[in-house]
Amino acid sequence: MTAVLEISNVKKSFGGIKAVDGVSFDVQEGEILGLIGPNGCGKSTLFNCILGQLTPTDGEVKVDGKVVTGLRPSELNRLGVSRTFQLLQVFPKLSVRENLILAGQEHQGNMMSRLFGPSDAGLSAAADQMIGFFKLDHLATEAAGGLSYGQQKLLDAAMAFMGGPRLVLLDEPAGGVNLTMLGDLKERLAAINREKRATFVVIEHNMEFVMSLCTRVMVMAEGKLLAMGTPAEVRANPAVIEAYLGH
Amino acid sequence: MTINGKYWRIALGLAVIAALIIVPMNFNRYGLYILSQWAVMTIAAMGLNLTLGYAGQVSLAQGAFVGIGAYAAAIMTTQGMPLIAALGVAIVLCFAIGWILGYPALRVQHHYLAFVTLAFSTLAFLVFRNEDWLTKGIYGISGIPRPNVLGFATNRPLPFYYFCLGSLAIVSLAMWWLIRSPWGRAFVALRENPVRALSLGIDTRRYTLMAFAIGSALGGVAGALYAPLTQYIDPVPFNLSLSLDLLMMVIVGGSGFFFGPFLGAMIAVLLPEWLRFTQGYYLMLYAIAVMLLLIYSPTGILGILDRYLAERRTKAASALRAVTKSRLETAP
Repeated sequence: MTAVLEISNVKKSFGGIKAVDGVSFDVQEGEILGLIGPNGCGKSTLFNCILGQLTPTDGEVKVDGKVVTGLRPSELNRLGVSRTFQLLQVFPKLSVRENLILAGQEHQGNMMSRLFGPSDAGLSAAADQMIGFFKLDHLATEAAGGLSYGQQKLLDAAMAFMGGPRLVLLDEPAGGVNLTMLGDLKERLAAINREKRATFVVIEHNMEFVMSLCTRVMVMAEGKLLAMGTPAEVRANPAVIEAYLGH
Repeated sequence: MTINGKYWRIALGLAVIAALIIVPMNFNRYGLYILSQWAVMTIAAMGLNLTLGYAGQVSLAQGAFVGIGAYAAAIMTTQGMPLIAALGVAIVLCFAIGWILGYPALRVQHHYLAFVTLAFSTLAFLVFRNEDWLTKGIYGISGIPRPNVLGFATNRPLPFYYFCLGSLAIVSLAMWWLIRSPWGRAFVALRENPVRALSLGIDTRRYTLMAFAIGSALGGVAGALYAPLTQYIDPVPFNLSLSLDLLMMVIVGGSGFFFGPFLGAMIAVLLPEWLRFTQGYYLMLYAIAVMLLLIYSPTGILGILDRYLAERRTKAASALRAVTKSRLETAP
């Protein structure tokens, strides 16, 4: 096993507030790591530091052994790091298929071939396959803005996979999704993880979802790493119960 | 869209093109001048529509780029150089300056960006007016020749109008290609959600600069046609009000719609002429018409059409669903 993501001593402060305070961990290839913790514990800030949306105050982020701290999100994405967002971030005026083509097009060719090449960047078939995989078939030509919340969440997740990523960071994928669709989403994510050997880091508050999907769970509190282990170990950890899960 | 609808569209397009070629044949000098001006301003507005409508970057400098193109053409062709060379210089120059003007857009957005571009507009105007050695200042440049195109002289109004119309056709095709390419999709992504675009590997910096550069280059093309159209230029037509006019054309026509600039330029260039019979009132009526339109439809004229079509589609789709549902329910 090789580490896809290595985080060493990452810190991020805003003024006097230490949002992330010296966090270190590795994520192995093919792993699904859950990241849980109370609101304001620094999960999203850590995500943004990994993804280049924020620059860490201190520390280092490595993807596949390469230091990526300070790279822009677009550069990171082209290195195979993809993400979904906590709040809906699809392009409402584009159709479902167009959203997916857009999500993959910058991974095809170069600027010139994207200008003079085919309008779909050769991605129509791949987009339709993804549409089928996420069971959005009947919606391919609908404007994404017209989809239900749950369907948009599925599309948002599907978009993260169009570039064939090595590592995907999912920020509350289950938030606001109804139970039936949640089952679908979990099953789809597990399938991609198995088939494509894609590695995931998932922030989620839905414990049921985290504990059944993830191979390892990491708990943060007040900007620090509180515990790390299998779902069963974490669930039994007294410190975690105190800080987050409750009695 | 149905096949039928597609044929209707093509037929309508061909009819409009035929009308633009045939009807002006018996127009007088002034009518042809106005129509040529429409073609030229449509090109400039298309450029701004790319920067503003598709890529979402506010610019109050498009008039300045028309000015730069016009002065490039005027200076070069009065020195005996061919217009095609001037056109090339105008495109390269405006592309480069547009690219540089795009840099502030990487830091500031919306009305802040509007102010940066407004300052540039003023700067360009001052250069046109004060740098006598290059632009002949307030006296302007006269005697700008009209070009020979493929061996045909365009001195007379009708051939020159065809030259403008042909240029508009070429620019339209190029623009159509551009907005349907992955670049066009990236521009829309830039406008709709730059943060998400960035996370999908879209180099928002490069696309922002490209949107400015290409949009500005089209302003330059329009300018290089404007100079031989009027055959005399001075700084006044290229002051801030031209940039505002072009902005209005894009917004009134329908910002972010391919045909928006065509309609917007038609309203800005032709409507004042049609309202001329009302004499002193025409500008007032014109202003009121624009206000009413924007209150009724903030997305411009094509926004109205778009809403109507979307409504019809939704109705058709829900009718289809109802039919399917009732079939399922009545099935044994």
